[in-house]
Amino acid sequence: MLYREAGDFKTSYAEDSQTFPIRFDRYRYYAVLAIAVAVVPFVINDYWANAVLVPFLIWSIAAIGLNILTGYCGQVSLGTGGFMAVGAYSVYKLMTAFPDVSIFFHVIGAGLVTAAVGLLFGLPSLRIKGFYLAVATLAAQFFLVWLFNKVPWFYNYSASGQINAPERTVFGIEVTGPNTEAWAAYLFCLTFVIILGVIARNLTRGTLGRKWMAIRDMDIAAEIIGVNPLRAKLSAFAISSFFIGVAGALFFAVYLGAVEVGEAFGINQSFLVLFMIIIGGLGSIFGSFAGAAFMVLMPVLLKNVMVGGLGWDTALAAHTEFVIVGALIVVFLIMEPHGLAQLWRLAKEKLRLWPFPY
Amino acid sequence: MKLKLTSMALAGALAGVMAAAPAMAELVFPSLSYRTGPYAANGIPFADGYADYMTLLNERDGGIGEEPVRLLECETGYNTQKGVECYEATKGEGALVYQPLSTGITYQLIPKATADGIPVHSMGYGRTSAANGKVFEWVFNYPANYWDGASIAVKHLLDVNSGDLNGKKIALVYHNSAYGKEPIRTLEELSKKHGFELSLVPVDHPGQEQKSQWLQIRRERPDYVVMWGWGVMNQVAVQEAANIRFPMENFIGVWWSGSETDVLPAGDAANGYKALALANPGGDYAIYEDLDKFVYSTGKAAGAGDQWKTVGYNRGLYAAMLAAEAAKEAQKIHSTKALTPAQMRDGMEALEMTEDRMAGLGMANFGPEFKVTCENHGGSGVGKVAQWDASAKEWKLISDWIESDKDVIQPLIDEDSAAYAAESNITERCN
Repeated sequence: MLYREAGDFKTSYAEDSQTFPIRFDRYRYYAVLAIAVAVVPFVINDYWANAVLVPFLIWSIAAIGLNILTGYCGQVSLGTGGFMAVGAYSVYKLMTAFPDVSIFFHVIGAGLVTAAVGLLFGLPSLRIKGFYLAVATLAAQFFLVWLFNKVPWFYNYSASGQINAPERTVFGIEVTGPNTEAWAAYLFCLTFVIILGVIARNLTRGTLGRKWMAIRDMDIAAEIIGVNPLRAKLSAFAISSFFIGVAGALFFAVYLGAVEVGEAFGINQSFLVLFMIIIGGLGSIFGSFAGAAFMVLMPVLLKNVMVGGLGWDTALAAHTEFVIVGALIVVFLIMEPHGLAQLWRLAKEKLRLWPFPY
Repeated sequence: MKLKLTSMALAGALAGVMAAAPAMAELVFPSLSYRTGPYAANGIPFADGYADYMTLLNERDGGIGEEPVRLLECETGYNTQKGVECYEATKGEGALVYQPLSTGITYQLIPKATADGIPVHSMGYGRTSAANGKVFEWVFNYPANYWDGASIAVKHLLDVNSGDLNGKKIALVYHNSAYGKEPIRTLEELSKKHGFELSLVPVDHPGQEQKSQWLQIRRERPDYVVMWGWGVMNQVAVQEAANIRFPMENFIGVWWSGSETDVLPAGDAANGYKALALANPGGDYAIYEDLDKFVYSTGKAAGAGDQWKTVGYNRGLYAAMLAAEAAKEAQKIHSTKALTPAQMRDGMEALEMTEDRMAGLGMANFGPEFKVTCENHGGSGVGKVAQWDASAKEWKLISDWIESDKDVIQPLIDEDSAAYAAESNITERCN
């Protein structure tokens, strides 16, 4: 009915190759953007920002980052937590070293530092593949966490080894520190999500993305048709790490405000992001958002239903939550191994024909 | 995007349901507990004790000053992210004071709660320099803090060695987190003062694997081992110490590493293990009769109801009692029954625990006497030493209240809190 391309004529190449070629899709995208930018900030409160939306946005960035590396370029990484830590600690060092610069640039700078570190740890990917590469990135995870625990310079010699985000502003509005308004933190993260989302989407359907996918699908064939594996793999590592670094910086500075590397950026976080992209859909930007929503929002939702709605005992609810989320993951992977993005794709195919399928 | 929207809509509907809950005039005490995960062994008794004391107040006295108490329990799993979520979820309900029982979450809450104007009471944990009330208006850590703990442990060792620790080796086995790192600075100062050699042995979260750490201890042969452990780490450490036949009486845990659950798994091998005590162990108090009468026999006990009279449970009772007493003070100061977090803070700052007061509550000699003032949010800073008797399966107190070495600690507190004040643009109060 609504969702179809009949009558939606394209008269230029640019129109034909746009991200959302179907008009309805495009309007839906604009509507989501409009609501996210113009409506949500006015109704958001502390709980919604700090417990739901800000973590969702930040994890989405991290998931997009890992999806570039794993989903598009086929390089499995278990070092996401460690790279997020690099982002967090570099933004902390930048924030404390240059207090007068806008935090926006610090976050970008943290992304760049992480990209450099990612590049370094991406070098082994030229020689080793698959599980072996996963183990090599696992080493990065443990090494980076150990480093930030061990070297006091990274946490400015504080007694507890914690880093605390000082108050920093963008255009005079606080976005880090305890006095931040919910909407400011939300909009700050949303800005990054929108910019990085658009960048990622366009990278992945341009030359670079096609090179990544060629490497992912068969690296020898890709090399024969003229893809330079060194540049393709390293660019995937660098760009992926940039995204993850930005996510780590926001995670520390905007969301938590104080972190301890072992807990906030441990191996669990690496797995969490990996699960996000596997459940959301490898090689899909939408899948990164869907996966992040599933892994971050589902537990909060279940907790609110069971404890807030049904009045269950908190321990019982926490255990049931593990069971339900675990079961859902298994069910999703059995029913749709290509993730939520594939479900969405199928739904769109069906919608095109509805209500008269042939 | 579609999924995002539907989940937002769903959650929005739920939030609507939650917000519609009736806002009655009651005193809301959030309990950020953890009954799951590797720290549950210590989290459950504390949460049960906290909840049971609040239930007792409701059942016996009809609340605090006849104002009913509502306990808001929220599961954190000792995880800071979940702790933040719990804080945001509960603060809107009129939460009077947060006692998260986690140093990591406390660090997280200090700036947030200060901005929101809600007091935080980190009883014997959290940021040590919060003892300086001039800087930390909303944060309290009475009756004692980590640096007191470190100093008390060293004082006990001085007593054992007739006042001389020169040339001795002390190893600190610590949880590699903000919690475990807290005492290092004090122990370093004390090692300079008393001439002992300090070696640091970190154990990473969650601490189930400590073979290499105890091998290191076996190789270095320290005279004493001091431990800052929590959760499953405690049990493993006691077991590993037994495995390398480290003399248990030379092994001292902080007050968070000295409950029944920590030593029972090691059986007889744990005999003689020492730990500091923040409040007294055991169930020999009048309050237990009331608990039995009003809470346990009526089936209102929290959790499985099997934790009472343990160290962790007593700790929970103690935390709840201090919160309730502070609320009474606040009601007295502001001559009102319903309290706001700001009034609660005033009550906490005016709290004075005396022997008579504790006896009147059925908890005679339960904790130390102390008085909170505007400058001093840290209490008296005393602790006892307890020793585990494996055959009787109970903790026995082997010392009276030991005072910490304020000459060493106070300058450190001043230094650290001044750094925090400079970092966060806080001007000192109480002048």
